[in-house]
Amino acid sequence: MKKTAYMGLFAAVAIIFGYVESLLPVFAGIPGIKLGLANLVTVFILYTYSFREAAAISLIRILVIGFMFGNLFSILFSLAGAALSLACMTLAKKYLGLSVTGVSILGGVTHNLGQIVVAVLVVENVNLFYYFPALLIAGLITGFLIGILSGEILKRTPGRKLV
Amino acid sequence: MKKRDFILIGAVLAVALLCWLIPRGLGIFAGEDASQVRITVAGEEYGTYSLSEDQTIEINDTNVCEIQNGEVNMTEADCPDQLCIHQGPIHIQGETIVCLPNRVVLEITGMDTEEQLDGVVQ
Repeated sequence: MKKTAYMGLFAAVAIIFGYVESLLPVFAGIPGIKLGLANLVTVFILYTYSFREAAAISLIRILVIGFMFGNLFSILFSLAGAALSLACMTLAKKYLGLSVTGVSILGGVTHNLGQIVVAVLVVENVNLFYYFPALLIAGLITGFLIGILSGEILKRTPGRKLV
Repeated sequence: MKKRDFILIGAVLAVALLCWLIPRGLGIFAGEDASQVRITVAGEEYGTYSLSEDQTIEINDTNVCEIQNGEVNMTEADCPDQLCIHQGPIHIQGETIVCLPNRVVLEITGMDTEEQLDGVVQ
């Protein structure tokens, strides 16, 4: 019961982060770059609970944000990024021996990789990879920031004792 | 942060640098001011237009783009997110404006295809 309550709380926080993010302007010049605040919740849950809970919260957040502010395309697009990023973060946490920051960086980079691949498949034009280096660097920077934040939050919360 | 985190950061930077250098080394995405915009819809070529001629192009009733002062800008799209409109004008070879819901891509190309083919034959 207590876990259900916490999951609801985390889903709400993730949705609010997603909403706040949609209010921030898109960085002009390069399409698709954003901070990924909602990933803070995903990383936090991945460390305090497990892959299953993180995937569930991500799915709920993407569907709710998608239906409220986006469209079918933005949902598919978010799902592609989130699925690849969460899969890579879970594996990296288990096998690569990275810190939270490293795991989050990998999440940011693979999130952008997933999205650009979907974009290329949708428009059937491979020249979109022009933006790939910029998206890699962007994923690195945003992943780093989210990772540092997640690490600080994990240090200051009871973590697993929540359940 | 651990040592492995720094290795990861280095690896990402290296991949980004390679992905930036290799296409330029091969002459794709030369990074120069280019002369034409190629429009594709779902991978099919819709048309190629010169950037030196100011004009407005309608793309399949879904999008409108405008060429002005050697730059191309998406001015209308019937999708809800309007990301392609917010991106702003482009003019450097390799740059693209993408309207994902309508599968429309505007891309800046150097020369028309025939001229490029002539270059290869020489």
